[in-house]
Amino acid sequence: MLRLERVSVRFGQNQVLNQVDLTVASGEVLVLLGPSGCGKSTLLRTIAGLETPAAGQVFWEEQNLTAVAAHQRGFGMMFQDHALFGHLSVAANVAFGLRIAGWGVGQRQQKVAELLELVGLVGFEGRSVETLSGGEAQRVALARSLAPDPRLLMLDEPLASLDRALRGRLVNDLGQLLRGLGQSAIYVTHDYGEAFALADRIAVMDGGRIARCGRPVEVWADPQTEAVARSIGHQNILSLDNQGHCVLGRLGGQAGLVLVRSDGLRLAPSGVAARVVGSVFSQGRYDLQVEVGGQLLQLSAVEPVGLGDSVYLAWPDDAVVPLVASADG
Amino acid sequence: MKRLISFFLLAGLTLVACGEEASQPVPEGIAGQTITLLTHGSFWVSEGTLQAFTDQTGVQVELLEGGDAGEMVASAILTAGNPVADVLYGVDNTFLQRALDADLFEPYASPALSNVPSALQLDGQHRVTPIDFGDVCVNYWGDWFDETLPPPGSLDDLIDSRYAGQLVVQNPETSSPGLAFLLATIAEYGDGWEEYWAALRRNEVAVTTGWEEAYYGEFVSGGGDRPLVVSYASSPPAEFIYADPPVESPPTGVLLDTCFRQIEFAGVLKGTPHQAAAQALIDFMLSDTFQEDIPLNMFVFPASQTAALPEAFVNFARLAEDPYQLPPADIEAHRNEWTERWTQIVLR
Amino acid sequence: MTLRRLAWPVVVLVPVAFLGIFFLWPVTNILVKGFVGGRLWELLHEAVFWRVLWFTVWQAAASTALALVLALPGAHLLARFHFRGRSLLRALATVPFVMPTVVVAGAFIALFEQFGLNDGAFRMRHTVWALLAAHVFFNLAIVLRTVGSYWEGLDGRVEEQARLLGARPGQVFLRVTLPRLAPAVASAASVVFLFCFTSFGVILLLGGPTRATLETEIWRHAVWRGDMASASALAVVQLGAVMSLVLVSNFLQRRRGGREQTRLDSRPMPSRRLLGANLGLLLVALGLPVLVLVERSLATGNGYSFDNYRALTVRVTLLPVSALTALGNSVLFAVVATALAVLVGGFASLVVVYGRRSLSHFFDFGLMLPLGVSAVTLGFGMLVALDAPPMDFRSWRWLVPVAHALIGIPFVLRTVVPTLRRIDPKVRESAALLGASPFQVGRLVDFPLAGRALAVGAAFAFAVSIGEFGATSFLPRHPDRLTAPLALFRLLGTPGDLLRGQAMALAVLLMVLTGLAVLVIEGRPSGRGVVRGDF
Repeated sequence: MLRLERVSVRFGQNQVLNQVDLTVASGEVLVLLGPSGCGKSTLLRTIAGLETPAAGQVFWEEQNLTAVAAHQRGFGMMFQDHALFGHLSVAANVAFGLRIAGWGVGQRQQKVAELLELVGLVGFEGRSVETLSGGEAQRVALARSLAPDPRLLMLDEPLASLDRALRGRLVNDLGQLLRGLGQSAIYVTHDYGEAFALADRIAVMDGGRIARCGRPVEVWADPQTEAVARSIGHQNILSLDNQGHCVLGRLGGQAGLVLVRSDGLRLAPSGVAARVVGSVFSQGRYDLQVEVGGQLLQLSAVEPVGLGDSVYLAWPDDAVVPLVASADG
Repeated sequence: MKRLISFFLLAGLTLVACGEEASQPVPEGIAGQTITLLTHGSFWVSEGTLQAFTDQTGVQVELLEGGDAGEMVASAILTAGNPVADVLYGVDNTFLQRALDADLFEPYASPALSNVPSALQLDGQHRVTPIDFGDVCVNYWGDWFDETLPPPGSLDDLIDSRYAGQLVVQNPETSSPGLAFLLATIAEYGDGWEEYWAALRRNEVAVTTGWEEAYYGEFVSGGGDRPLVVSYASSPPAEFIYADPPVESPPTGVLLDTCFRQIEFAGVLKGTPHQAAAQALIDFMLSDTFQEDIPLNMFVFPASQTAALPEAFVNFARLAEDPYQLPPADIEAHRNEWTERWTQIVLR
Repeated sequence: MTLRRLAWPVVVLVPVAFLGIFFLWPVTNILVKGFVGGRLWELLHEAVFWRVLWFTVWQAAASTALALVLALPGAHLLARFHFRGRSLLRALATVPFVMPTVVVAGAFIALFEQFGLNDGAFRMRHTVWALLAAHVFFNLAIVLRTVGSYWEGLDGRVEEQARLLGARPGQVFLRVTLPRLAPAVASAASVVFLFCFTSFGVILLLGGPTRATLETEIWRHAVWRGDMASASALAVVQLGAVMSLVLVSNFLQRRRGGREQTRLDSRPMPSRRLLGANLGLLLVALGLPVLVLVERSLATGNGYSFDNYRALTVRVTLLPVSALTALGNSVLFAVVATALAVLVGGFASLVVVYGRRSLSHFFDFGLMLPLGVSAVTLGFGMLVALDAPPMDFRSWRWLVPVAHALIGIPFVLRTVVPTLRRIDPKVRESAALLGASPFQVGRLVDFPLAGRALAVGAAFAFAVSIGEFGATSFLPRHPDRLTAPLALFRLLGTPGDLLRGQAMALAVLLMVLTGLAVLVIEGRPSGRGVVRGDF
């Protein structure tokens, strides 16, 4: 397993990573989620050995890798723009790591065929990389990274440049593939939909630190900070006054922030009054936006409601979660 | 300081000479014309000298310079019949026949030729006029030699083992002094010249491509380790004039029995529309005004016997009394074969 | 993509006319003489000829290989790292390019003496190594800047991938980087090879009398043996070889990859040791001969002083003008030559990028030829061909800068064309849709984007002109228009320490002038304005 201990990275005056602790268990898919500029890519590069940390250590099992060169760590990485070797064919790209490792021609051919079948590109061996579509290129890049059997595979927003439908399909394929191989992986994305679809555990990053790390269900249920809550898609964040009041009533004892999870909030025959200001049909349900006391809230309903309708809101107690405003923790 | 003295001496001499000079008759009807003089890169005269010509005749002279002597002649031959200039100066006796064969010139016998020794007038038809001459000789570095080892006396001495590894020459295929020295040995030894060069080679002669390399690279003067070099009879005065720091006398001397005479000619180019003016220029080039300007500018000797020499030349320049010469026609006819044989013997 | 307007015929005709009148017509005039009396056929049967041809090819190839090997670390440095003094290093690397061969040869000879490489059995001079060393010295700049500039534009993450797949740094370079650099390397190698193939002064002075190349043989036959037929026949062979080379090189370059991303933000400071080692190598290769020259220029009979420099302001007896005036003439000619090269080269670049395929190929090919044609051929050709109205240019004072411009144009072409090619067509299309005419698109889109590339090409053209192209020594000119390199030849042509010291001082001034000019012309490269041309 991978373990990072208090890893810090600076670029000039910029503190890009600030004392990051992280573990990835064997066979686990960890998703790093965060906005642009929060240091996700830098973290990956540091783990890969492409950046040197100013402080902190990187361990694999019990071996300290901090001083080990990138080509000796046995980690693989996939970039957003695939970075295929333009002067080589598909087969030669996939076989590159095997060639370096000294595999014979026959062995290489066989492994390349296996991998191409795994990523759904049977028969693509002789193609030139210039002629591939975006999705095909990413799959070749995946096959290439998997070929030398890396201890850990890192994927840096690999689907970001693809269109939505393709992305959706590929995320599923990717998840199945990684699980099937039992491959330890770190997957970086800014899209929380992807994150939740793939992750065994999610680590939410903000400003060079890991703000919240845990299983998706846990993180969703208890984001702990406002920043994390927003980055995973929560929107029903209410501020409490000194007595703990907000537009939905008295939800706490003192001033602060509170989250009312949208999966807990529901329409009810009675409760807090609200007015419907938006309704979007999505995958068989209605995503509603309602307005209460000047505040907008999200929830989901099975039955259609009209714009401007008055409705009542209710929620279970455990749907209310306190948040801290800043990212200290 | 010495340079300044030489300059003033020259100026003084020129003034004196000017006063005594008999004026040449000026042809009619050429005033206001402009003619072009094609020369090689080593040509120069003082400011005012060409102006004197314009003052006398009313003809303006424009200068055109076309590379070194060989390049200039090649250019002239390429443009024969439609020349770029009116007068050509700087064809020497080694290239003369080639230029004559290409029919470059209009014959003209200048009245001033009476002042020029007949030995210099190589062309009986006066297609070209001798303007200056010099000798290509082996120069030696004075300090290297003394009573126990005197400087070599003749060409024979150069193959003496006492002087092994001391001589540097230039490739006659690519260097004018190199060619001149080869011709000197041919003039001396006739058919035996090939054996002579084989002996020189055994005596460890060094060969360079051009004069600069030999003089500045191999010769002691330029920091090398050889005390004998093929150069010009006018090199010692130049060493004296341009010494830094100044010296009492030149550090080099000339082996007078190794000299080959080089004569430079001027001629009116065929096809020129300004024949009369061109001829007037030839006359002027033989005048004392021009001739006395030559030594310190081009480091050769004036052809005209009435011209006075500058002090540095009087003191330090030596002319061979009986230098080697070969007829231009012979030179042109055999030159390629000689240089090919030379290359075989010396370089391969 | 096409600029079909009244302006377009002009853009096409100007380079065609320029090349036709000042290059094709003169050269053809000389080359036909080679076919007279079947001289060319005879030549091909002579053993000497094949020996000479072999040596010419061999020394050019060896020089090119050495230059590539020595310059690649430096190119890496310039491409991947940001450090203070970067633009200074680039300017410094351009300086040797400029120096007249006679001065470089002199510097190397002095250098060999300093290090005792000239005594007894260890004679460096006249060995092939001296020749190769001088060639490398001259041409480092071309490789450094062509390859360095192209390398800068390559995405470094491909190399990172290779590292992550287990490749050691050496393997990364050989298997990934080098193949990707191939177009730039081919471009640089072809130019260096051409220069070395037609090298003249270096061969004569450092190669010694036993070594001959096609170029020196052409000169020897034309000037010394008066044998224009043989000289022309040799020139035909030379031109044939050059043409094949240009065709091959152009083909290799067309395979250049498409648009690559560049991450200008991720440029780390190199490790001190790496930086030091690379810089050290470059400085030794470039700086030693220069230092030797400077030392020689300051040495006078009375110890070290600036006397030699002071003497340059006065007219020495042997020179028609003062050395400073000669420098001024050189600068004047260089300015005119650069302007011509920029104009004609700029138009030609437009044709190569936007014109019809056949026209584009023709220009790309034809305008490179002057680099590889013998100076004798061109110089004498101009003399013979341009002798009658309406083309009676042979005594024209500006013929010299024209000849210089012929050499400068390939440099402009090589910088501007790749940059123009990389302009996203969508940008131009947007401009058109916003109402810009093709001419305005050229002015408002192409010109600003390619402007910096043009500046770099201009800097090289300037440098080449100052260093004087050999053909111009065969053109008749007025002595008042003596240029600095020719003045140098004169000063070195007469015995006397004074004159030699002055020659060295003039050479140093020439170098400083060029370095400054290159810095000024190129300006300080801003972070974003990376020139992705050839140089």
